[in-house]
Amino acid sequence: MIVRELELDLDAFEGPFDLLLTLLLKEELEPADVDMAAIVVAFVERLAEREELDLEACGEFLVLIAALLELKARALFPDEEAELADLEPEEAAEELARRLAEYRRMKEAAAWLTERLAGERDRYFRIGPAPLAPRPERKLAPQDPEQLATALRLLAAAPPEVSLSHMALRFPPVSQFIERFRAVLRGRRRFDFDAEVGSLPRVDQAVAFLALLELRKAGEIALEQAAPFAPIRVSRPAATPWPASAPAGQSPAPQMPGAAAGAPAGEPYHRTVPPTSAPAAAPQEAAVDAGKESTIANERTAEWIVRSA
Amino acid sequence: MDRPLRLITANPVDQLARTLEALLVVASAPLSVDELAEAAADDAERIELALSLLSDRYREGRSGIVLEQVAGGYAFRAAREAAEACARLFERPVERGLSQAALETLSIVAYLGPCSRPEIARIRGVAADSAVAGLLERGLIAEAGRDEGVGGAVRYRTTPLFERVFGLESAAALPRLDDLGESTEEIRERLHSVAVGKTA
Repeated sequence: MIVRELELDLDAFEGPFDLLLTLLLKEELEPADVDMAAIVVAFVERLAEREELDLEACGEFLVLIAALLELKARALFPDEEAELADLEPEEAAEELARRLAEYRRMKEAAAWLTERLAGERDRYFRIGPAPLAPRPERKLAPQDPEQLATALRLLAAAPPEVSLSHMALRFPPVSQFIERFRAVLRGRRRFDFDAEVGSLPRVDQAVAFLALLELRKAGEIALEQAAPFAPIRVSRPAATPWPASAPAGQSPAPQMPGAAAGAPAGEPYHRTVPPTSAPAAAPQEAAVDAGKESTIANERTAEWIVRSA
Repeated sequence: MDRPLRLITANPVDQLARTLEALLVVASAPLSVDELAEAAADDAERIELALSLLSDRYREGRSGIVLEQVAGGYAFRAAREAAEACARLFERPVERGLSQAALETLSIVAYLGPCSRPEIARIRGVAADSAVAGLLERGLIAEAGRDEGVGGAVRYRTTPLFERVFGLESAAALPRLDDLGESTEEIRERLHSVAVGKTA
């Protein structure tokens, strides 16, 4: 006898046992919906059909059903473990008995209702939408009309103006700073970031910082900072002044890994959708060559940083 | 002299009874004595008197329409002898396909309500979601607030329709819970005997 082929016919599920297990493990079926007792009954019935006791099948079944029971118990009482564990064995037995009694009574009540329903089967009456059902009159305490007027006046006041100031913020393109830092490093081996951008507005400083990160990512520069909030030192990397893959003066935009298959090798990977959502920066970007469009995403990030600052 | 004479002999309660008859035939849900008193612009005591008159007139074996006291009020229904004919033309959709799970859930809500789905699941040991949804759809239970605290679970109670379908005068007409099933004491004893048998 193979336990996994045990055919089940439950409220929530109909089919072989192993399919039930699969569904439960894939969380496509709630363990709470499954009647474990019915599974046990089905197994025992199947067992009784055979003359010899199949110990192996029994063992397998016990392991499976125990695991399912644990799964179900956890799903049903997520925060009760501690509560029951705190009880002394005798108290726990008491609690169990109380619950069993409660359920037993509810089962009896359900049986009573079933009987009652059968007895009332020949009582026909009108139900359904009740357009003429009496409408209970709402009894409100006497109200002062002046109070109502005050409340209405509050509602009638114009709402506060929504500030649109952030929409006018202009974001300089990251590429502008990339070029600027490259130019600085052509002249000097190292410079101080704070000294370089200190005089700029806050938004420009944020974009300049992103340009710095972009250059660092491409391996064009090295960054040093002695401690948090200490001045940021920017320098040319010692070994290779410029990455070999990018000719001097051109942005070393990241390459698409599969670019060789579809596009000519070396063609920069860029967004093809025009950045319609960035009207303020658009005119400047039009002048930037396609190879630098990848920085648009960074400008969005800069915008986000500034807004959340 | 005919008219004044009739006025004097006319039974005022009888006239009130006719008014109640009219109200009850229009209503599609049981009407309470208070509702009837308000609609008929009369006092509750006289309403009860008129209702007893109607109850006698509309009873099984005497009329095809029967006045019954149900769900906290009074309502007309078909006489039981006409049930077969009614069944040919109408069905009682509310109770069609009420499963054991639904009936157990209904019992829990009827006795312990208002109660929430987690509470029902705790008692039955099986999730009550589909049973609750089915009962809601049938109109046998309805939402009744939420458990205390933020995001508390929705609580449910039985509806007047429940009382009507099960022919209960009111929720108080349910049998006492103590009279149903074994007591905690009996179950404890049985648990105990099982435990003793295991250790022996």
